[in-house]
Amino acid sequence: MAFLNQWAYIGGSIILILIGLFGVLTRRNLIKIVVSIGIMDTGVNLLLVSLGYINGGLAPILTATNPTNNLNFVDPLPQALVLTAIVIGVAILALALSIVIKIYENNNTLQIDEIRGLKL
Amino acid sequence: MRFRDYLSLFLVIILGFIIFQAFDGTIDNGLNIKQFGEVNLSERTSIHYINKDVNNESTQIIYNESKNPESGSANYVTSIIANYRALDTLGEITVLFIAAAGLAFVLGDHNKNNAFASDASFIVKIGVKILFPLLFLLGIYIIIHGHLTPGGGFQGGAVIATAILLKFLAYKDYKLNHTGLTILESFAGISFLIIGLIGLYTDGSFLTNFLANGTIGTLFSAGVIPIIYILIGIKVGAELSGIISNLINA
Repeated sequence: MAFLNQWAYIGGSIILILIGLFGVLTRRNLIKIVVSIGIMDTGVNLLLVSLGYINGGLAPILTATNPTNNLNFVDPLPQALVLTAIVIGVAILALALSIVIKIYENNNTLQIDEIRGLKL
Repeated sequence: MRFRDYLSLFLVIILGFIIFQAFDGTIDNGLNIKQFGEVNLSERTSIHYINKDVNNESTQIIYNESKNPESGSANYVTSIIANYRALDTLGEITVLFIAAAGLAFVLGDHNKNNAFASDASFIVKIGVKILFPLLFLLGIYIIIHGHLTPGGGFQGGAVIATAILLKFLAYKDYKLNHTGLTILESFAGISFLIIGLIGLYTDGSFLTNFLANGTIGTLFSAGVIPIIYILIGIKVGAELSGIISNLINA
């Protein structure tokens, strides 16, 4: 269990990144490539958040039950950066999907090896 | 699987080992990365955000008692996003705006018909009728309480966009007023800039907090942070709704 506690988050998020990368490298369907990019995005976000985790840490918000700044809060900075990254990820996915829609309208296919000029 | 797939698997596994080594806290790789959960916050910049003493005015912060701390938000993530690193956030909503504009540019005119052939069933329509105002209200609540509870402009804007998406799923003829969305978006973006410029004029630095911070933990506190987060909420909600509308009508 000590191994799982140590590596479940960092190792798991690195595996997610690699799954996404493998999908981008090997899939032929444009939608699947976009989904793979989304999986990579999730992995990077999880990795960043887990770098700021502290054992037994509290959510970095002052409330009536956690009223002072001397408590054991987790690192708020990676969380703020990941909040930024999530929104950017949504924007990237939406833009990628719009380009996929246009490619489908022009070529009537989503397979990249059937699109002219992209013969593999 | 073909040869190329095996090659990709091989490369990905090698890359995985390299990344894994970088984040392995048990070996000394010069990156000073601690083991998972063993982070010492006093060695990091974040301790200044948590103690609100970036300007070396260290005081004890007590919820509902401390008056006029350096950054008045009870939610530390919010105080970073909308106060300490507000310039980053300004850049980020610019990225979101450029992506939304690029999507509208790529997809072209948005006067085409909805992707759905007919309205959804009666139950879905009534359900959306009930859920839409509740979701909208929840989004507004999340935006307004961004400096007190988890959430804020981005999350609340996403919830509002979800409410709009439900409308699109239920009614095939539902249309958004794109001119109104553009006006809302521009208003929010320009107001964000104007708030930054007011800070530059009164206190000498862009996006500084020029209002009184009040008591930490109350709704009317934290100076410009709630105003900036409300503007971000308006902008994100309008932009995500526009993205959804453009994608459904493509």
